[in-house]
Amino acid sequence: MQRHFADYIFRSYRKRKAINALMCGLLVLAATLAIFPLFSVFGYVVAQGYSALNWEFFTAVPKPVGEIGGGMANALLGTCTLVALASLIGIPWGVSVALYLSEYGGKQGRGRFAGVVRFSADMLSSIPSIIVGLFVYALVVITMRRFSAVAGGLALGILMIPTVCRTTEELLRMIPEHIREAGLALGLPRWKVILWIILKGSRGPITTGIMLSIARVSGETAPLLFTAFNNRFWQSGLDQPIASLPVQIYTYAISPYDDWHRQAWAGALLLVMLVFAMNLLTRVVFNSGGNSKKQGGN
Amino acid sequence: MYSLLSTQNLSASFGSTQVLKNIQMDFDEFTVSAIIGPSGCGKSTFIRCLNRLHEEVAEASATGKVLLQGHDIYASDVDPVAIRRKIGMVFQKPNPFPSLSIFDNVAIGLKLAGVRRGAILRETVERSLKLAALWEEVKDKLNSQGTSLSGGQQQRLCIARALAVEPSVLLMDEPTSALDPISTAKIEELMTELKKTVTIVIVTHNMQQAARISDKTAFFLLGEMIEYGETSELFTAPKDQRTERYITGRFG
Repeated sequence: MQRHFADYIFRSYRKRKAINALMCGLLVLAATLAIFPLFSVFGYVVAQGYSALNWEFFTAVPKPVGEIGGGMANALLGTCTLVALASLIGIPWGVSVALYLSEYGGKQGRGRFAGVVRFSADMLSSIPSIIVGLFVYALVVITMRRFSAVAGGLALGILMIPTVCRTTEELLRMIPEHIREAGLALGLPRWKVILWIILKGSRGPITTGIMLSIARVSGETAPLLFTAFNNRFWQSGLDQPIASLPVQIYTYAISPYDDWHRQAWAGALLLVMLVFAMNLLTRVVFNSGGNSKKQGGN
Repeated sequence: MYSLLSTQNLSASFGSTQVLKNIQMDFDEFTVSAIIGPSGCGKSTFIRCLNRLHEEVAEASATGKVLLQGHDIYASDVDPVAIRRKIGMVFQKPNPFPSLSIFDNVAIGLKLAGVRRGAILRETVERSLKLAALWEEVKDKLNSQGTSLSGGQQQRLCIARALAVEPSVLLMDEPTSALDPISTAKIEELMTELKKTVTIVIVTHNMQQAARISDKTAFFLLGEMIEYGETSELFTAPKDQRTERYITGRFG
């Protein structure tokens, strides 16, 4: 009897250990396979794009069709312009909605209207970006009768709103209610508590969220196709068509010219590095700066 | 002659649940008054009514009068924000503002009220931290995060923060229940100092604490004030049987 029981214990433990090892192995495999695409995309883009990266690429505008050379300086500046416009629209708008959802919105954001807004934001974030582009096309491009940087910036800005809004809301909610009460108990009006204590108190993580959403939209192509359109020259005004890295890459990639293909790869490399640098910067600057101490109370 | 702070027929509710029933109390200037009672008896709600913080919670409401120097702070033309500058509060959990330095945690009440002069701010911060018996421990690291301090220090920081706007009443909602015995002793010691300049109303779970620090004690039960009197009398010769049963540990 004793003997049997011991056998049973050891056998079942051996079996459990084997299953444990197998499952752990599967998880490690899944994790490895998940980062594999990232590194292979990155490696491939570097390999293909590296050769076309040179000084001219960063400083010159595209040459006329048929001529070898030229660069993407206008597209680089265009992307920066579009992202700046998008940020001007998306950040204040998104943060305002987040403040409404977490701090007001009827009973601290539990009201019915707040629920509708939150649901809409989630819906908006899952709408294909090309639909947003179409919407802005109908709203702005047709009205202005031309493609423009403003239209492109608006399309990207609209795409930023839900991500900025929802991440900011989550972060504001992480600040416990008694911190707000402590502010109110000092005889401060609620808006001052929200702006200077709650929002300021979580500015690090919120900036991280915003930077990530900027990185996200800076690579968007579809919403720009019929809003910002493209431009082979330096931009001439915010009400004019404007070049951008993603659209330029797209245009060059589907062209029949080898030189343009090489430039498309170089553009892709530049875009990937830009996004990568933004992510890295965000992490280094905002996550190391005493973030563990930033969460209030206990 | 009226008391500094008094309540008349003060009742409070969350939605349709009444949690405080017709409380009448007077608090004299420069005294410490303790409120004891079992969990859920309404003692926290009561002091949160005294600075109109209760109404900030969803569906919470209060009726009756709270008189500060004879003026009803629930009158329709009274701004609750102004009231809270006169009646400060310290909470159960130490809650320094995140991402703010020790200095700014203390100065922020004045700063956001529009005080810009550096000299005034520095002077206020030093005075408040000294009053809260924290100055010696933090004077060399005023720029460190408030949240980097220990729990007991954080709570004294919160006391300094509340004192910086110079309230005439300081409400304390179980200020030591999250602290270790040594920090608790420091804060109790501090309270006897503080009552020279400010009137204190403290909610506590700890009857020994009430007996040690307060001049008057009130016993609350199920939203009603059962008994209120001199601390020494309430603990040695309670008038109500329920008070006696509670302080002798037979329930609660």
